[in-house]
Amino acid sequence: MIIALNIGLAVLILALGVWTIVARDTFAAVVGFIAYGLLLTLIWVQLHGIDVALTEGAIGGGLTGALLIGAASRLRKTESKARAERPGALVRGLAAVVASAVTLALVICVLALPDPAPTLAPQVAANIAVTEVGNPITAVLLAFRAVDTLLEAIVLVFALIGVWSFAPDRAWGGRPGAQQHVDPNGILAYVARVLPPIGIMAGLYIFWVGADHPGGKFQGATILAAMWLLTMMAGLTDAPPISRTWLRFGLVVGPLAFIAIGLAGAVTAGALFAYPLGYAKPFIIAIELALLPSLALILALMLLGAPQRAASQ
Amino acid sequence: MSLALNLFTIVAVVAGAFFFLAGTVGLLRFPDTFTRLHALTKADNLGLGLVVLGLLPHASSLLVALKLIFVWLLVLLASAAVSQLIARAANREGPRA
Repeated sequence: MIIALNIGLAVLILALGVWTIVARDTFAAVVGFIAYGLLLTLIWVQLHGIDVALTEGAIGGGLTGALLIGAASRLRKTESKARAERPGALVRGLAAVVASAVTLALVICVLALPDPAPTLAPQVAANIAVTEVGNPITAVLLAFRAVDTLLEAIVLVFALIGVWSFAPDRAWGGRPGAQQHVDPNGILAYVARVLPPIGIMAGLYIFWVGADHPGGKFQGATILAAMWLLTMMAGLTDAPPISRTWLRFGLVVGPLAFIAIGLAGAVTAGALFAYPLGYAKPFIIAIELALLPSLALILALMLLGAPQRAASQ
Repeated sequence: MSLALNLFTIVAVVAGAFFFLAGTVGLLRFPDTFTRLHALTKADNLGLGLVVLGLLPHASSLLVALKLIFVWLLVLLASAAVSQLIARAANREGPRA
């Protein structure tokens, strides 16, 4: 029964992947991609990778999907023109050769993987006790491979600066996104009033249980960002001008706290990004707590896009 | 007792699956946006509701059971709001195949 379910999932996701690629309409392809992300979430659950499933659902399906919908709706004007263009036989042939070569290389890599796969999981299991967190994913992300996580957070800040740099000069420092004109008594405004308290609780809960169970700052921050975006979409709040000091501070507080605690480790624990023995968990929670608002702000602002309106509007 | 509970679960989940199937068929076969939305809400509301109802006797604790019901309520809120929004957008754009 379970095997039938797994085979069904595998067939469905492959078919959906092919459909997403061959779909001619950009919007249809984006919808296919979002459904693909949701199916992938189910597959991760089936593989008992609940942490990955949560991330895929929140970031892969949800946030990336929303970003792509925004891109597709901006491209709609040029869609028919782009479809009318047909590259020459040479370009198409080259594209086919390159795509096949990449696929072939991937196939060779997958087939050449050693069996059993090399793993550091036993070392993590043997040493997780010193970090005092119960979720091995959190232990890896914030203790054993903390630098990776720090760089990830910094990359996100850079990505947001990249998005902002598309702003026209007159709007620099202003508010991102278009002004929303929504019926204040409409259904969207209603949902934007009812849902955020529940969503904020859910986001904080997922953040908090991340120490010992699947969850964590990234998934929690995505939910918080979604709630903020919902109130902005419904016109209940407006996007803040990106020149606000509190906003800029919020964006960097997570990485800064991470770096500060990492540097302090050099003095108190004898190595960069090491935690003094017995205090690992408070420091890990402090870092996650500082990263939560930064990530929520970055993810929401990335979705809003470049500033379009002067701050005074 | 456990036989009765299992029977209840099977009946409720199968009924829920039936509504999902019916909703999907309606989504594929109905002629316009509004009737398709009508079909879709049957899957969300009744289908998921029946599946949750069927799973309740097997919840490991009261908290898990409450979470299941809560998930259903959240889906109800989301699907009702989204179908309203889609219907309004479709209404504004006028009839289209």
